[in-house]
Amino acid sequence: MLSLIDGKGRIFLAIVAIVAIGAVALNAWAPVGSPFHVPNYMVSLIGKYLCYALLALSVDLIWGFAGILSLGHGAFFALGGYVMGMHLMREIGDRGVYGNPDLPDFMVFLDWKELPWYWAGSDSPLFAIIICMAAPGALAFLFGWLAFRSRVTGVYFSIISQAMTFALMLAFFRNDMGFGGNNGLTDFKEFLGLDLQADATRAGLMLASAVALAGGYLLCRWMTTSKYGRVLTAVRDAESRARFIGFRAEHYKLFAFVVSAMMAGVAGALYTPQVGIINPSEFQPANSIEIIVWVAVGGRGTLVGAALGAVLVNYAKTYLTGAMPEFWLFALGGLFVAVTLFFPKGIVAEMARLREVIVRKQKPPKMASAEAGDD
Amino acid sequence: MCQHHAYRLSRLFTIISLIIFLAALSVINGSYALATPAERDAALQLLTEKSSKKRGAGIDALAASGDPAAAPILAAMASGELYFQKTDKRVVIAKKQKDGYAVVDPISNEALGVLPSKGLRKIRVNNRLRRQIRGVLGGLNLSHPDAEKRLAAASGLQKSPDPALRPALKKAFAAEADKDVKAAMAMALAVIDSKPEAAAEDRLAAIELLTDSDATEARIILTQLASDTEKDANVRAAATVALDTVEDRLFYYQTLGSIFQGLSLGSVLLLAAIGLAITFGVMGVINMAHGEMVMIGAYVTFMIQEVFRSVAPEYFGLSLALAVPAAFLASGGLGVLMERSVIRWLYGRPLETLLATWGISLILQQAVRTIFGPTNREVGNPEWMSGAVELTGGVLLTYNRIWIIVFALAVLAGVWALIRFTSMGLEMRAVTQNRRMANSMGIRSGRVDALTFGLGSGVAGMAGVALSQVDNVSPNLGQAYIIDSFMVVVFGGVGNLWGTLVGAFSLGIVNKFLEPVSGAVLGKIIVLVAIILFIQKRPRGLFALKGRAVEN
Repeated sequence: MLSLIDGKGRIFLAIVAIVAIGAVALNAWAPVGSPFHVPNYMVSLIGKYLCYALLALSVDLIWGFAGILSLGHGAFFALGGYVMGMHLMREIGDRGVYGNPDLPDFMVFLDWKELPWYWAGSDSPLFAIIICMAAPGALAFLFGWLAFRSRVTGVYFSIISQAMTFALMLAFFRNDMGFGGNNGLTDFKEFLGLDLQADATRAGLMLASAVALAGGYLLCRWMTTSKYGRVLTAVRDAESRARFIGFRAEHYKLFAFVVSAMMAGVAGALYTPQVGIINPSEFQPANSIEIIVWVAVGGRGTLVGAALGAVLVNYAKTYLTGAMPEFWLFALGGLFVAVTLFFPKGIVAEMARLREVIVRKQKPPKMASAEAGDD
Repeated sequence: MCQHHAYRLSRLFTIISLIIFLAALSVINGSYALATPAERDAALQLLTEKSSKKRGAGIDALAASGDPAAAPILAAMASGELYFQKTDKRVVIAKKQKDGYAVVDPISNEALGVLPSKGLRKIRVNNRLRRQIRGVLGGLNLSHPDAEKRLAAASGLQKSPDPALRPALKKAFAAEADKDVKAAMAMALAVIDSKPEAAAEDRLAAIELLTDSDATEARIILTQLASDTEKDANVRAAATVALDTVEDRLFYYQTLGSIFQGLSLGSVLLLAAIGLAITFGVMGVINMAHGEMVMIGAYVTFMIQEVFRSVAPEYFGLSLALAVPAAFLASGGLGVLMERSVIRWLYGRPLETLLATWGISLILQQAVRTIFGPTNREVGNPEWMSGAVELTGGVLLTYNRIWIIVFALAVLAGVWALIRFTSMGLEMRAVTQNRRMANSMGIRSGRVDALTFGLGSGVAGMAGVALSQVDNVSPNLGQAYIIDSFMVVVFGGVGNLWGTLVGAFSLGIVNKFLEPVSGAVLGKIIVLVAIILFIQKRPRGLFALKGRAVEN
C-alpha cells in the first residue's frame, strides 16, 4: 500500500513551507538593502508561482492519473479568477471612478441600471469562495459528463476541451456578458477589508496560496493512493479492460475531472487578487496548452513534478520575457519538442533514473521485480 | 434725389416683371426652357431685396428662368457665398480670402479680382429660404443633362419630399431613360404620393411603385400605410399585401447572400481543413503547427508578390499562379522536415505529438515574427480577382471569394484524385488501413508517412495563398483558423475528404445564417457549443471511417 506522504512528498511540503514562511520572514525582518531581504514584488511573484503550481497539480491529477489531456483547463482557472474578481469589484463599493455604490465602473459605463442576476451574492466573500469552486466544478461536471458518457477520449477530448475554452474566451470578450468585456475586472482595492496593496495582505495571500498548494497536494495524493486512485490508473492504462471488469470508467474519470477543475478554480481565485486583474485572455487556448508543458517538464503523473515544472517554466518565462523577449517563444517551443522527444517522463523521473543508475553502479544489478504493463 | 427715384422705378419694374413671370410659370408649370436673360437679371435683382419674401420670389423666378447659371447661383446662395455690390447691385459670388473677397461674376464666370468687404453686401438666407433653395435645386437638377445630377436630385427628394415638385418630378419620370435614375424617381414620387395629403388613388399607385423597391425607406413607408394611421381601408389592405411581397423578396435576397457568404467561409475552412484531414485522418497525427503551415503559405505569397512588384510589375497578375506551387513546396518541404525530425519518433503517442507540434508552431510563429515583423504584411489582389458581380437586391459576390470557392473545390478534387488514382495514394490508403500488413507487402511506410505529412502541409500552404487574399497576413494568421479547422475535421469525420467537404460548408453556412440573428461572436460560440454537443452523439464525426484501424 502506498503511503499518503512519501519521501518526495515530505521534501516537497517542506520546501513549500520553507519558501513561503522564509520569504515572508525575510520580507518583514531582513533590512532593505541586505542580501537576504526579499522585496515586495518577489512575495507577490512567489504567490503567483504557487497558484500556477496548484493549477499544474490539478492538470497532473487528470492527465497523469486518468489520462485525460485537457487543453481547456485554463478555463476553470479563469472562471475561479472571475468569481473572485467579481467579489473584489463589489468590494470597491463607491470608490470607483463613477462612485456608484451598487454597480462596478464598467456597468455604469455601459449604462446598466442594476446588477445582472448572476452577480447576486457576489458581495459576500464566503459566497465567492464557495462559487469559485462550484462554478468550475459545475462546468467540468457538465462537460465531463457529456464527454465521458459518450466515450469521447484521447485527442478528441483534447480538441473539444480546447474549443470549450475558446468559446468561453469569445463569450467573455463580449461586453454584454456583464464581465467587463475585454478589459476584464481590475482596479481592486480590498479583500475582506484588507488593503490589497499592503505588504501584510500580499504576504497573507501568498501564504494562503502555499496552504492551498499543500492542501491540493495532499488531496491529490490521498485520491491517487486510495483504492479509487488505483482504479483511475487502471482506467488510464486500459479503459476497456477496466470497464469489462465492471468499473464504471466514466464515473471515475468524471470525479477526477470535477475535483481537478475545482482545484484550478481555487488557484484562479487566489491568483486574481495577487496580480490585480483578470481578463478574457486567461481563456486563451495557448494558456491552457502552456499548463500542459509545465506538467510535462516536471514529470507527468508525479504531482511533485507538476508543481516543480510550473515554477521552473514560469521562472524561465519571467526571466526570458524580461531579458530577451524575442527568445521566449523559441525557448518555450523548443521545450515542448525536447521534453516530448527526450524526456517524456519529465525531470522528476529523470532524477529518479539517475539515482538508480548511481545506486546500480555501487551494488550488483537486481532482476527487475515486476515490470507491470499490459501493452 | 434723382438717383433714389431711379432706384424706386427699377424696383417697380422688377416687381412687374416678377408678376409676369409667375403668370408664365403657372402656364409652363415647372418647365423652364423658355427664358430670356432679362428675366434672369430681374430675378437676380429680386435676390438683393431686403424682404425675405421677395428674395424667396427671386429664387423661384431664377429657377423658372431656366438659365444654366441658376443652379450654381442658388447653390452659392445656400452656402452663403452670394453677394451683391453696393454700388450697382450686381450679384456676384464671393469667396472670403485673407485680404478681402475673391469675386466672380456668376453669369460669365469672369473673375472680377479681389475686392474689400466694404463694397459688398451678403445676400442673407434664413432656414425657410434654404429649404426653398434645396427644393428648387432638386427640381432643376431633375432635368439636368447629367444622369448623376438627376440621380442625386431624385434621391434628395426621397429624403425631403416636396409636394410642390411633384409635377416636375412626374414629367421627369416620364421622360427618364436611365434605369437607376428612373427607379430613384419612382421612389421619390412614391414617397411624395404616400403622404396622407395625397389622393387615395395616388397612394395606391405609390404602393405599387414601392412594391418594386428594395430600399429600407420603402418598407418604412409601407409599414406606415399598412398601420392604423392610414384612414383608407383599401390603401391599408394594399399596403399590407405589398409589405408581405417586399419582405418575402428581401428574405430571399438575404438568404441568397447568407448562402454565398457561408460558401465563402466554408471554402476557406475547407482549404484549411483538407491538409488537417490528411495528417489527422490518414496518419492519426494531430498537427498543431498546421495553422503555421497556412501562415507560411501566405508569407510565401507575400514574398513572391514583392519580387513581382520590384522586378516585373506588369506581370503582377501572374504572381498568384506562381505562389500556389511555391507555397505548396515551401510548406510541404517544411512538413517533410518536421515529420522526419520530430513526428516519426512519436507515432502511437498522439498526445505527445500534439504537444511537440504545438512547440513547433510556437517556434515557427516567432521565427516569422522575427523575420517579417509582427505587423500585417500587404498582399495585393491581382486585377482579375478584384471587383464584384452584383446579383439582384444588392447581393454582392466578390470575385476573390468566388475564386477561393473554385480553388478550394479544385484542391479538394486534386487531393481526392491523388489518393484515389495514384500509386502513392494507394500506398497511403494501405498504410492507413493496416500499417503492418502494408509493411509486409513491401510498402516503405516511413517514406509514405513523410510524403503524406508533406502533402497535408503543402495543401495547408496553398490554403495560405488563398487566405492571403481575404485576410490579414500576420504571424497570427494560422492561429485564427486552427480551432475552426479542427472543428471541421472532427465534425466531418476523421480521414474522410467527403466529410471534410460537408463539414466545412455546413459550418460556414450555419455560421453565416446565425450571424444576422445572434451577432458574429455569439454565432460562433453557438456553433462551437453545438459541435461539442454533436461529438457526444457521434464521437467519430458525421462520416466515421469504418474499419479496424480507427477503433483505437
